[in-house]
Amino acid sequence: MKKLPLHLAPLDRKLVRDLWRIKGQALAIIFVIASGIALLVMSRGMILSLEETMRAYYDRYRFADIYAPVKRAPDNLLADIRALDGVADVKGRVQGGGLIDLPEVAAPISAQIVSFDPDAPAPINGVYLAEGRMIDATHGDEVLLLESFAREYDLGPGDTISITMNGAQHEFDIVGLALSPEFIYTIPPGEFVPDPSRFAILWAGEEALEAAYDLDGAFNQAVLKTSRGADEQQLIDALDRLLAPYGAVGAYAREDQISNKFLVEELKQLDTMGRVMTPIFLGVSIFLLNIVITRLVQTEREQIGLVKAFGYSDADVGAHYLKFTGVIAIGGALVGWAGGQWLGRGMAGLYQEYYQFPFLVFVPEFSTLALSLVICIAAAGLGAFVAVRSAVNLSPAVAMRPPAPPKYGQGAGVMRWFERVLDQPSRMILRRIARQPGRAALTVIGIGAAMGLTVMMRFNVNATDYMLDVSFNVVDRSDVLVTFVEPLSDKTLFELESIDGVTYVEPFRSSPVMFSNERIEYLGSITGMPDDPILNRAVDSNLNTVDIRGEGIVLSEQLAEILEISLGETLSVEVREGRRPDLEIPVVGIVEALIGTPAYMTLDALNRQLFEPQRVTGAYLKIDPLQSDAVYNELKDIPLVAGVSLRRESYQKFDEMIEEGMGTFRTTMMIFSIVIAAGVVYNGARIAFMERQRDLASLRVLGFTKIETGYVLLGELVILALLAIPVGSFFGYLIWSYLAGALSTELYQIPTIFREDGFGHGAIIVLVSTAVAGALVMRDVAKIDMATALKARD
Amino acid sequence: MTQPVTTDQSSGALEKKPGLAFQTQGLSKVYGSGPAAVHALRGVDLEIPNGELAVLLGASGSGKSTLLNILGGIDRASGGTAYFRGDDLTAMNDKALTAYRRRHVGFVFQFYNLMPSLTAHENVDLVAEIAPNPMPTMEALTLVGLKERASHFPSELSGGEQQRVAIARAVAKNPTVLFCDEPTGALDSKTGVGVLKVLQNLNNELGTTTLVITHAAATAAMADRVIHFADGQIREVVVNEHKISAEEISW
Repeated sequence: MKKLPLHLAPLDRKLVRDLWRIKGQALAIIFVIASGIALLVMSRGMILSLEETMRAYYDRYRFADIYAPVKRAPDNLLADIRALDGVADVKGRVQGGGLIDLPEVAAPISAQIVSFDPDAPAPINGVYLAEGRMIDATHGDEVLLLESFAREYDLGPGDTISITMNGAQHEFDIVGLALSPEFIYTIPPGEFVPDPSRFAILWAGEEALEAAYDLDGAFNQAVLKTSRGADEQQLIDALDRLLAPYGAVGAYAREDQISNKFLVEELKQLDTMGRVMTPIFLGVSIFLLNIVITRLVQTEREQIGLVKAFGYSDADVGAHYLKFTGVIAIGGALVGWAGGQWLGRGMAGLYQEYYQFPFLVFVPEFSTLALSLVICIAAAGLGAFVAVRSAVNLSPAVAMRPPAPPKYGQGAGVMRWFERVLDQPSRMILRRIARQPGRAALTVIGIGAAMGLTVMMRFNVNATDYMLDVSFNVVDRSDVLVTFVEPLSDKTLFELESIDGVTYVEPFRSSPVMFSNERIEYLGSITGMPDDPILNRAVDSNLNTVDIRGEGIVLSEQLAEILEISLGETLSVEVREGRRPDLEIPVVGIVEALIGTPAYMTLDALNRQLFEPQRVTGAYLKIDPLQSDAVYNELKDIPLVAGVSLRRESYQKFDEMIEEGMGTFRTTMMIFSIVIAAGVVYNGARIAFMERQRDLASLRVLGFTKIETGYVLLGELVILALLAIPVGSFFGYLIWSYLAGALSTELYQIPTIFREDGFGHGAIIVLVSTAVAGALVMRDVAKIDMATALKARD
Repeated sequence: MTQPVTTDQSSGALEKKPGLAFQTQGLSKVYGSGPAAVHALRGVDLEIPNGELAVLLGASGSGKSTLLNILGGIDRASGGTAYFRGDDLTAMNDKALTAYRRRHVGFVFQFYNLMPSLTAHENVDLVAEIAPNPMPTMEALTLVGLKERASHFPSELSGGEQQRVAIARAVAKNPTVLFCDEPTGALDSKTGVGVLKVLQNLNNELGTTTLVITHAAATAAMADRVIHFADGQIREVVVNEHKISAEEISW
């Protein structure tokens, strides 16, 4: 660093040397800025990449705008649908559930089979062929298989696959592997997270499926493209009226399509995270830049006076310091941008594991680079503005005189009493804090902000753990969830009970309904549960079992909120199956649910209301773990089983997803918040050191040991760090209170719980950062040249 | 009035003499290395008896501050030896030097170096708290005539008052030796004489060995011993037969 290019202007050489002198601090600030920018670039870039991919994918493969499931509707009804106002195109298809029996897997695997017309020139919900060829309409035994599932079991064109549909087993030839905009995010029935190994999607010829599901000349789902400017709600209402006689469950728009809904929620969460985090990082960066530049100008009063006396203009001096902050800001922006790209690419890789896109490229997005440069330079400019203005305003003569000794006063009130019991070094520490309470407060806030982030991250972990724990250990304590293709007689339960290894069977019924309260409508379902459920229970926020009795309905809090209904009021329910009765049911309870928007009744009451006594749609099983494989094998042979969900595997999958997906994000955030905390503490310590170098050298000369001298310097830092702990706890509380709400969706509620370990975690990070920063600065204390104390002022 | 004394240039092991506060032999100090090396001290042999007030005179860069720093235990020699009452300062590690400063040395700086956040009284306490055998703080402030200003902060004191607080701080620990580097350098003549008067009184009353660096040649008249520095070496040591009172000095 000694030799600099000759062509640099003298002030620019000074700039380079100054930057080199404070390289540690400059790097700390660059990393804090970079963390914020990386987050911005990653979240913006990820959102844009996902949105763009989604849009292109949806467009090219004509992702349906409206879905209208029915029990059975004749094909000639499609003409009536096409005639409805706002319909651009419609396709009737057959789709249903099935169970795949793979020889190497004990438990049956849920599948969804969709009919597909390979000869349609531009099919609605088209498929992207990843491998192999399209099915041949004349060969009823050919299927396309969802690529991600195929990869799990090494299946491909040329292999065969056996599926039980509607109680009958069918053999298919796999001719190709495919993806579809309809199945970007696939969740097996009864599960919370995608698991490519537990859920398959198949596309088969129309005739074959019509035969398999007894739907000759009929369809059980209409998919529609709307024309430009169509009124979707009106169209949905019209469809519901038209299809009601055919067992319509209720038409829904793309926004309620499950795969799309998850994607949109994911985008919202990314956006929320970016919007909450980025300002915190940038705010702290501005603060750091501000204190560093202020300090620099203060120490350089004399030099500024000299430079101005030589004839440099105010503009030259101002430009010099703006360049100084500018270099740091641009450095931060570039490092952040590069980091954001890198993180973004990593994220895109993770997304591809959970979201089935034919392609997902994290596009280097130059508008974010421009934006981050603008933000950084504005932040740096703002940080430097006041300091630079005072530098420029100094007249050369004033600047060259040393500043008067800083004014101090004794503590007042309680402080005065408190000071009396302290030794002199401790008084020095307290008075310095008291003298610049604004700066002390900003340091506390800066450290607190960093701690707030770590606390919030910890709460996030706690919330997911809690959610998992409650869902799998409190609410649902079963081993296996079996669902049937349609409501069956409860005699089927005997068949389950008779399987060797099944120790307990708890039935339930789930019925699709349209809830309505005055003008508000919501398409959902009612779950009917036995009087004293053991395996699957509804619990309230205190995790107590909710007693569901009588004829009333118990709603989840979210559902009650959506419907704007309260306890004791009467809810209108249009049942969308069987005899489709219209019911009026009193709301007898409102409970907090973590996942979805459930509504509960007793099984008997529900069946009574539906005029279908003793019907069930599935059961929760408790099984002997030693006989699990045998039980699974038996389940494969029970006709009309639509899905078998293994709870332990669900739990593990959920945990895995959180560890991998969220985990990566959280680790990144955790590292970033440590960078902020350490950056603030280190900068605070370095600045205090630079400002007080002469005092510290004097103390050394007066016979103070290195430790005693370090105490005077670092005592202040420790006090500020300790003060920052309650502040950071409060910030963490605030950020999480906001985020938990903002990140909660209709799909799942993020519990706003605040466990002490969150605060402890944050406090540890603050203390460790303080210790590290303190150790770095103690090195400087040890190297103090005592002779400087004897020389002229700094 | 004055009588030059030739310095002893003999080499070999130093014969420790009783009654000496400081004794150095071949003391040298080099800053940097190679062609850029600066020889601040080039073999200094010196003896300062206990209880004397010595003045070090010389141009800027002549090496007097370097010598003071080495004797004060805040810098290290490159060669030679320096004894404080028979203890070899050049052989001490950092911890021992800190203990030496803490126990024996009082410092008065050109720019006072008071802690701005502490009052006059507290600045004196600062040192009294870590000294093994301090005098009462008010007594030290009374010695420098600042009893009335004890509760004032440095920003509320004049330059001369600040320097007197600094002296009180230096003497409060009852130091064995007092080092003053340009103690009047930042003061006007009248105030400076006041500060010198305080130093002389302390030397007379407490018998503290005192080393004063100064530019002002006139100050030499109040010293027991005047050491002239040039080019990192002692050019001449003069022992004053008849030293005058600080009040009689002016520059």
